[in-house]
Amino acid sequence: MKLTLNVWRQKDARDPGRFVTYQAPDISPEMSFLEMLDVVNERLIAKGEEPIAFDHDCREGICGQCGVVINGSPHGPRRRTTSCQLHMRTFQDGDTLTLEPFRADAFPVVKDLIIDRSAFDRIIASGGFISATIGGAQDANSLPVPKENADLAMDAAACIGCGACVAACPNASAMLFTAAKVSQLGLLPQGQPERMDRVRKMVAQMDAEGFGSCTNHGECEAVCPKGIPLGNIARLNRDYLRATLSWGRRLPGAAGGGPG
Amino acid sequence: MPTATAMSKGRATGETESFLSATVGKKVVMAATGLILFGFVIGHMLGNLQLYMGAEALNAYALFLRTFLHGGGIWIARTVLLASVVLHIWAMTSLTLVNRRARAVGYRQWKPRESTYASRTMRWSGVFLLAFIIYHLLHFTTGDAHPDFIPGDVYHNVVSGFQVVPVSIVYILATLCLALHLFHGSWSMLQTLGLNHPRYNRLRNVICVGLAALVVVGNLSFPVAVLTGLVR
Ligand code: FES
Repeated sequence: MKLTLNVWRQKDARDPGRFVTYQAPDISPEMSFLEMLDVVNERLIAKGEEPIAFDHDCREGICGQCGVVINGSPHGPRRRTTSCQLHMRTFQDGDTLTLEPFRADAFPVVKDLIIDRSAFDRIIASGGFISATIGGAQDANSLPVPKENADLAMDAAACIGCGACVAACPNASAMLFTAAKVSQLGLLPQGQPERMDRVRKMVAQMDAEGFGSCTNHGECEAVCPKGIPLGNIARLNRDYLRATLSWGRRLPGAAGGGPG
Repeated sequence: MPTATAMSKGRATGETESFLSATVGKKVVMAATGLILFGFVIGHMLGNLQLYMGAEALNAYALFLRTFLHGGGIWIARTVLLASVVLHIWAMTSLTLVNRRARAVGYRQWKPRESTYASRTMRWSGVFLLAFIIYHLLHFTTGDAHPDFIPGDVYHNVVSGFQVVPVSIVYILATLCLALHLFHGSWSMLQTLGLNHPRYNRLRNVICVGLAALVVVGNLSFPVAVLTGLVR
């Protein structure tokens, strides 16, 4: 295949950046999208040019490091597919691909197509965990979990934190990410003691990072490589409302008996 | 870097914010006021159907609205509606500013995959509706924008008002705008209030969009009935 690439090149965080056009002949349709970029980069290096910087790690769709906006869609046109799992056979010979980094003020561009997602880490650090005493593992059956809840929690936990939801959202909102993280814990018994605190803290952090607000466009769900459903956002809204209404009525630490 | 992880833009992780300063809280304000206004447009349309029952019925209904609870009812309703509109606009403005800031540098190419024309134009349909509501009040409530206004004779005012073709066109356009606004807004507000359940989502959306369609069809029928001479 022969492709034309319009790639966002930006030297560092301060560089205003620009699009540069590259020709990419002799691309195998069996290559993954990232392998195609590897080939393009090898040729750039051979010519003494600066290779295109892009993020990746596992290349099997589980780490959430990769992520490029390809022709206006985060992770490209295929549903439930990360950039690394996308194959070049998805495209046609002679296609022009426009490659841009995920855009959000909370995700500053580090270089070319690489962005800094640490805003997500801080949302997690603000409350996306459970406080539990350490010690020997307890009996697996001591905490019954309804099958439906376990499934819903697993669906939410499938989030790999790639940030495509933010990238696709016209408001650059991180609601799907935050909602998935609130849900995966809120649906399980272990997550109950901190459930009401967690949602308020994580939303506060999400707002502080400068993400936008959800207007229910549904773009996030469409591009999510793990297909995290919008229902999680409603669950976050529900929990947030409950947490606000019950604020001050609960005795600190009385709900779960655990520490903190 | 523990400091970088613990702090961001002035707020330490683990702090909370007040309901009304949170984006999620403002969205709830948006949705709750939207729900009140949605309820109002349904009632408004149903009441106006009495246009088809003739002058006497419609005028008696108008008199009832002005006099129930010794004339206080209408002011209670007006206060609630005005407060809802003001809060709806406040929440919208505040969230829009947040959303604009959230992506200062946009994409060269962006392909919508799931959003609708209605969802992407909520702000514009809203602005147009606000302008229309002001005109509508001047037209049928105070009569300032109505050349042939007779206080108390609602039937006459409606019929003579809609007989002016450009006026009817404005009403029809505004109704189509309302259709666009409600197509997204009606189910979206329930989602924001947390009403989402896989078993009922389909039903939820069908009922919401159905109710919105009912309002739109009913409202469209009034100018059309006058223009075609069905009501005169
Ligand atoms: S590189 Fe790990 S998900 Fe793509």
